[in-house]
Amino acid sequence: MVGSPQQKEVVIRVRGLVNRFDDNVVHQGLDLDVYRGEVIGVVGGSGTGKSVLLRTIIGLNEAVAGSIELLGTDMVHGSPEALRKVRQRFGVLFQDGALFSSLTVAQNIQVPLKEFYDLPQDLLDEIAAAKLFMVGLSPDAGSKYPAELSGGMRKRAGLARALALDPEVVFFDEPTAGLDPIGAAAFDQLVRDLQQALGLTVFMVTHDLDSLHAICDRIAVLAEKKVLLTGPMDVMLKDKHPWVVEYFHGPRARAAAITATLEERM
Amino acid sequence: MAEGQLQAGRDGAVLRLSLTGDWTLAHAATLLGRLGGLATAGLTGSHLHDGGTREARLDTTSLNRLDTAGALLLVRLYRQLEDQGFSIDWPAPRHEHRSLFNYARGCGEAVTVWPATDSGVAGAVQHLGWLTMFFLREARRFTGFIGEVTETAVMMAFRPRQMRFTSMVHHMEETGLKALPIVGLLSFLIGMVMAYQGASQLQKFGAEIFVVDLIGISVLRELGVLLTAILIAGRSGSAFTAQIGTMKVNEEIAAMRTLGLDPVVVLVLPRMFALMLTLPVLTFFADIMGLVGGALMAWNALGISPDLFFHRLHDAVVLRTFLVGIVKAPVFAALIALVGCYEGLRVKRDAESVGRLTTRSVVQSIFLVIVFDALFSIMFNFLGV
Repeated sequence: MVGSPQQKEVVIRVRGLVNRFDDNVVHQGLDLDVYRGEVIGVVGGSGTGKSVLLRTIIGLNEAVAGSIELLGTDMVHGSPEALRKVRQRFGVLFQDGALFSSLTVAQNIQVPLKEFYDLPQDLLDEIAAAKLFMVGLSPDAGSKYPAELSGGMRKRAGLARALALDPEVVFFDEPTAGLDPIGAAAFDQLVRDLQQALGLTVFMVTHDLDSLHAICDRIAVLAEKKVLLTGPMDVMLKDKHPWVVEYFHGPRARAAAITATLEERM
Repeated sequence: MAEGQLQAGRDGAVLRLSLTGDWTLAHAATLLGRLGGLATAGLTGSHLHDGGTREARLDTTSLNRLDTAGALLLVRLYRQLEDQGFSIDWPAPRHEHRSLFNYARGCGEAVTVWPATDSGVAGAVQHLGWLTMFFLREARRFTGFIGEVTETAVMMAFRPRQMRFTSMVHHMEETGLKALPIVGLLSFLIGMVMAYQGASQLQKFGAEIFVVDLIGISVLRELGVLLTAILIAGRSGSAFTAQIGTMKVNEEIAAMRTLGLDPVVVLVLPRMFALMLTLPVLTFFADIMGLVGGALMAWNALGISPDLFFHRLHDAVVLRTFLVGIVKAPVFAALIALVGCYEGLRVKRDAESVGRLTTRSVVQSIFLVIVFDALFSIMFNFLGV
């Protein structure tokens, strides 16, 4: 962690967010700050609106009330032009990669590049190769269709597409869901490496306690329709809220904590 | 945002290249042109020959912003110099740019964008062979499926209590009752068109009254059943594929099997029997509507009163004409249901295949309906019906 919170630049600022679907209130006056260069993990029980929060921040879901600022752009009232501009500055990895199934992996990576820039094909191919290299896929994966890839490879390919425009912020929706523990740990490590190498800000919705231990600088707990608590892991462990206690001290949490300590010792 | 710049100059005997500004995607096109210009004029021209030095110094310390595209361009420049035999001095870049340069240098070879395919004659022959094998395999599988369904249906005859009657009635409503308006309307319109076209031809010979024979025979024998079957293939055959396919994507079929339920009993047979019962009824309805449409048009265009029309119809058409048409309906129904269910069960676990197989199901069932209609014609011809 560099510097005190006062000096850090806020890249995502959510204030008084209200989300409601019919009569079901998901968020009521939710506040959240995310600072540049950190990895924040958002946790919460099923139905607490973690994914809704992510989708609202990136502009896929219209908030009922409240303000959202992403990289200095008003995501609620911003002009279409401003939204188009800011979309080039963040990337999103959806749960199963959300690759376009009719395009090869390399073409998937080149979709945003072709949309926003006019570049010769050989440079586009080089960029695709570099992105595949970054996410640890071999160059021949570029010519494969998403259906030909395993779940883990699809996630990596999705990440390569999310990184296509060299974004400043990357959003992950349950990045390790559906991966085996080895694949999940490798993906966590990849996220950490890329985050440090490229200076990314990472916003991650997750259920994976191992991910929280391994790569998250800060954790935000969603409960009671708002962000109940934010802070690093030791703050979570000291908190007395029943859900937080249950989540971070349950049997699975203990196992994850043991693994994390073992890894630190090794 | 400062535009990315590349300055080439000489520092004594050393070629000095300094990079400034933003080397990012936004400026990549300009920088690419600059690099190309340098390759043709800059390096081979003035900087090289006089003095004959082959030393270069790459200065990236005053580079502002850098992204993957910029790093790749710089690596290109580096390799260009290397290829021309320069010894390159590249002082350490700024800390935050280092990992990008490492990624750009590490990725080496360019990516393959398309899967490798054989083009030309070899590729065409290969594709033809693949299609032939695919067709044969599909035919074999489909025949196997028909066998499985038949076997299950025969078993069912001994254990009628296993039959899902509720499901069957539901599908009868879906495929039969709810299809009545569209089937009726379309047959009515076809009957009208037939009458009008027939009338304009027959009038030339003064044989207007034969329009009744024309409509009666063509609607009862061919058009009624064919039109209904094609409509139902598009309406219900596709629905069968989509329903069963969605269950397949959702692993419901697998769950069903592990619970000891046979998908053929639970899903295929109720749909097939429902369609086999409703399609003849729909065909009968289509026949009537076609005749009514024809009668109305004959009245309007030729002045043949409905009274005269149905009197003449009685002479022109025998019961056999109607039976020859309606007897085909259960066969067409079985074909449509079998193809629809078969393609539905062929769906893989991705949503995309639901769409693809639904299209294929409709095309195949309409194809088979017409082929079987032709076979019926040949058979009836031999039998002298």
